[in-house]
Amino acid sequence: MKKSFPLRKVIGQSYIWIVLLLMYLPILLLVFYSFSNTTLIGGRYVFSFNLYSDLFQNKAIMVAIGNTLLIAIISAAVATLLGTLGAIGVFYSKSKFKKIINFATQIPIVNAEIVIAFSLTVMFVFLGTYIFKDDIFGFWTLIIGHVSLSLPFVYISVRPKLQQMDPSLYEAAIDLGATPRQALTKITVPEIAPGVFSGFLLSITLSLDDFIITSFTRGAGLLNGDSEIETLSTFIQAAIKKKNIPPEMRALTTFIFIAVIVAVIAVTIYRSRHSNVKKIRKGRD
Amino acid sequence: MFAKINKAPKIKRPHVLLFQRKMLSIPYVLFLLLFVIGPILIIVLYAFTDQNMNLSFDALVNFFTTPSKLNVLWVSLFVALQTTLICLLIGYPLAYFLADKRINKNIVLITLFIAPMWINFVLRTWATRDLLSWMGIDGGSYPYLATLIGMVQNYLPFVILPLYTTFLKLDRSQIEAAADLGANPRQVFVKSILPQSVPGIVSATLMTFMPTMSSYVISDVFSEGKITLFGNFINLEFNNKLWNDGSLMALIMLILIGISMFLTRNTSKENAKGANL
Repeated sequence: MKKSFPLRKVIGQSYIWIVLLLMYLPILLLVFYSFSNTTLIGGRYVFSFNLYSDLFQNKAIMVAIGNTLLIAIISAAVATLLGTLGAIGVFYSKSKFKKIINFATQIPIVNAEIVIAFSLTVMFVFLGTYIFKDDIFGFWTLIIGHVSLSLPFVYISVRPKLQQMDPSLYEAAIDLGATPRQALTKITVPEIAPGVFSGFLLSITLSLDDFIITSFTRGAGLLNGDSEIETLSTFIQAAIKKKNIPPEMRALTTFIFIAVIVAVIAVTIYRSRHSNVKKIRKGRD
Repeated sequence: MFAKINKAPKIKRPHVLLFQRKMLSIPYVLFLLLFVIGPILIIVLYAFTDQNMNLSFDALVNFFTTPSKLNVLWVSLFVALQTTLICLLIGYPLAYFLADKRINKNIVLITLFIAPMWINFVLRTWATRDLLSWMGIDGGSYPYLATLIGMVQNYLPFVILPLYTTFLKLDRSQIEAAADLGANPRQVFVKSILPQSVPGIVSATLMTFMPTMSSYVISDVFSEGKITLFGNFINLEFNNKLWNDGSLMALIMLILIGISMFLTRNTSKENAKGANL
């Protein structure tokens, strides 16, 4: 057993790194070709920063980035507020009600994105035809779409924090004369803050990544003014369809790649600190 | 009477408090009713009515009598099955190696395997398609192969994560005991490692199978429109504003997802029972 151990480690490590390389290869290729102004990947490589200056002059891409960020922040803020309040409210409700809501929360999580998008669209069409007598697709339908995607994830990241919370803390605050509102903002909210924060981050990434719901529920508005809202996803999808992707998108890929690497580093630091804190606490016990 | 009055101050305050905190869930519950339950009821309504809102089974009859529509169902099931199997074949040993402390002690690696999910999905799809067409596997000549590679590339992180969490909880002493008692590596795998990892396999399958069936961007981009999956078809109905037929397709997808959740719920329960024995 022990003799074969180093060989096993070599095989395991190389397998891990090969798959990792294959997963990142497409993105790395785009990043590599972002420093060349050839129109096609595989063309003659001439080093240049042209694509980077082109990127900031491409108004359509800048509008799409702006829209994507605005939608992400607004929908994540709405989802975080509703989801956190919902989790607190449901946590202190009767168990039958709790069960029903927990089940309803699971529906959008397991549901296919295209079913969510299509059913919301049909409902907006229905409301537009029979109630508003007008086309209601626009900024708000899009926000509703994004919120319905991320809301359950906020709920399920806040819920465990409520379960871990010491219920006597809230009672103690009330007994010591705090109003329910004070007890909520000074006791409950700080206790569940990590869950709220991870729910918010999750909502942001879900919204940034979304294509299907955006393309179904959007209408005119935001930075596009009177024309249909374009996000990064819908912009790239339209470009792929037209077989005409602006090469400066490669420069944008570099920025996104750097952001992801920064996020990976942040997560790693957070995790190692977190485990250190745990170790220290364990040592004290 | 007296007893009640004596009790009153004790009950009164917590009762008011509970009432207040419960109220916080109202916006959430309203949102769920309006934008989660509401749309589902609407597609049920649309699936069984015609354009004038009269009861009609046209969409249903249409689906089961049109060979091209049924064909979409079979093709989707087949592509989803293949994607899931390939993802499991690649992801299973990978997750095992990642979770084995003797092979990998680097915690950054698992984050690196999840990180591609943070890159915009359409951008990733475009990048992979560019690489494939540069390698000569473009949608024009190899639509099926290109779609399959695109699917695996996209869903692999979703397989690695649940398997990795299962392998972290693996009872390594049982494996060692099996080896010490004379089981060969194959027996150790079949009798100890595999049964222990069933929950991971089940959730990995859930994370890939249904999403593959219902995806449409990946098949659309990689096959250049040559392969139509369930998701593509729903999108087509959306583009043509065929709300009734589309609603039925969406409803069928929803029912399939419901069935898969129900079936796997039972499997994982049985598995938990087995583990107790």
